[in-house]
Amino acid sequence: MPSALPSAPAGTLYRGRDGMWTWVAHRITGVMLFFFLFAHVIDTALVNVSPEAYNTALETYKTPVVALMEVGLVAGVLFHAFNGLRVVAVDFWSQGPRYQRHMSVAVVVIWVALFVPFVVRHLMNAF
Amino acid sequence: MSSTVSDSTTAGPPPAPRSRKARGPGLHPEMIGWLFMRLSGVLLVSLILGHLFVNLMIGEGIERIDFAFVAGKWANPFWQFWDLAMLWLAQVHGANGMRTLINDYASRNSTRMLLKAALYTASFVVLVLGTLTIFTFDPCAAGSTLSVCSE
Ligand code: HEM
Ligand code: HEM
Repeated sequence: MPSALPSAPAGTLYRGRDGMWTWVAHRITGVMLFFFLFAHVIDTALVNVSPEAYNTALETYKTPVVALMEVGLVAGVLFHAFNGLRVVAVDFWSQGPRYQRHMSVAVVVIWVALFVPFVVRHLMNAF
Repeated sequence: MSSTVSDSTTAGPPPAPRSRKARGPGLHPEMIGWLFMRLSGVLLVSLILGHLFVNLMIGEGIERIDFAFVAGKWANPFWQFWDLAMLWLAQVHGANGMRTLINDYASRNSTRMLLKAALYTASFVVLVLGTLTIFTFDPCAAGSTLSVCSE
């Protein structure tokens, strides 16, 4: 009887490394964008209901709470966009797999470089 | 618990992978989807970041967006085409991505079918509604206060 067998694998739970987390974040931001686009096409369609209907809907976009949600949306767009470009480079560029970790760092650097000025300007506009 | 050799070690070697030819000629549909995700993704970077820059960063950003702003943009075929391309690429890319997630996470056949039916219906509605919105837009619709309409 091999009673020494552990009842559950110890210390082998797959947690992945940076590659897995960027993959999870890419999925989450993709789903977020999908549902946003659905709502966004419907709110834009209000231009053909009446000018007042559209303007009223757009007023909510200018409230502080929604302005903060827009910040979250843009944070997600920026990550999904540049991480997506990294995925494309890994798949198509002959040196891609070798530099994929460098490119992950580049994704974070570009994200910060675009997100910070965006937040400052957007919140100045909205508040 | 017996300590006999497990069955899996008695199985033969794994079958050789099918050759590309065995699947028939042309690109496999999943391969087209894979390529489309990458091609559309690259195009969407400029389209969406351009959209966000023009609508949120120039002038007063979100504060100035209203009916007149949209009328101003869609008076120009350039922005009509921009939005049309963005609409179709983003919706097909997003729907194909969601299809992958349904395949990954919905394990029951009936659940998968139901979710995909909902996904395809929603995508169809978004593509038709979004396309019509751009091309049936009337800057001088009842209630419009644009000065060009009072002439
Ligand atoms: C808070 C951020 C956003 C604001 C304030 C905004 C605003 C607008 C406005 C005012 C329009 C009307 C036409 C135009 O300006 O070109 C529009 C249309 C559109 N936007 Fe956005 N947008 C935002 C984010 C996004 C994102 C992230 C996407 C892509 C996923 C997107 C996709 C579209 C599409 C496809 C249309 C055309 C809709 C149609 O055909 O009816 N927008 N947006
Ligand atoms: C901004 C430009 C974008 C780029 C560069 C981009 C890039 C990509 C790429 C390369 C993939 C494939 C990932 C893989 O096969 O592992 C992907 C997946 C996905 N994208 Fe995008 N995308 C963009 C915009 C969007 C938009 C606007 C939406 C939603 C409407 C979206 C939703 C998704 C979803 C749901 C997936 C599936 C995620 C997965 O399979 O793990 N993406 N994106």
